[in-house]
Amino acid sequence: MTIQLTHFSAAFIFALFASIVFGITHRDTTRDMVRYGLYCFAMFLGGALLAGWAMWLVRR
Amino acid sequence: MANSTTAKSKAAAAEQSASMMTVIAPALGWLIPGAGHMIQKRWIRGGLLFVSIVALFVFGLMMQGHIYKANGGDILDILGFIGDLGGGGMYLATLAVNGGQGAIAQAIADYGTKFMIVAGLLNFVAVADAYHIAIGKKR
Repeated sequence: MTIQLTHFSAAFIFALFASIVFGITHRDTTRDMVRYGLYCFAMFLGGALLAGWAMWLVRR
Repeated sequence: MANSTTAKSKAAAAEQSASMMTVIAPALGWLIPGAGHMIQKRWIRGGLLFVSIVALFVFGLMMQGHIYKANGGDILDILGFIGDLGGGGMYLATLAVNGGQGAIAQAIADYGTKFMIVAGLLNFVAVADAYHIAIGKKR
């Protein structure tokens, strides 16, 4: 069974699951885990978008 | 007198159980993502780790990603193998059914390969977390 994902979908899925694991393993309390997980998600996805636009600028 | 002997033997049994957990939890956590947490009664954390790591690995396989076997070749192939090895039972099961052996013919398959490597690396992190819980460094 094959799945075709767009680049953004792949980045979203990667960021989602990696952030959940990071949040759980890098913090102690539930509140801190959720906050850190959201922070990591923003960094992963935002970083990917930023890097994409930076590459577009370089290419241009 | 008898009470203090009973208390001592209970304490010794508890200590031995705790020291066995420092081996069992990481080993089980490597084999089944999240199991190292679940065996220490951190059910939600273990469940979330299981879902996240397994989902990442399965997505990788579904994107026709490549699984690395033990090799002595290119440094990137060796690192890919080390990453994949973190997948534990998922890695062994995939090799057993000869999965993940296709050529990386398109971009999405390259993503798939990386998804599986990262799933393995995240499982290593989860195993370390399970160990820290077992030694009492983390709640």
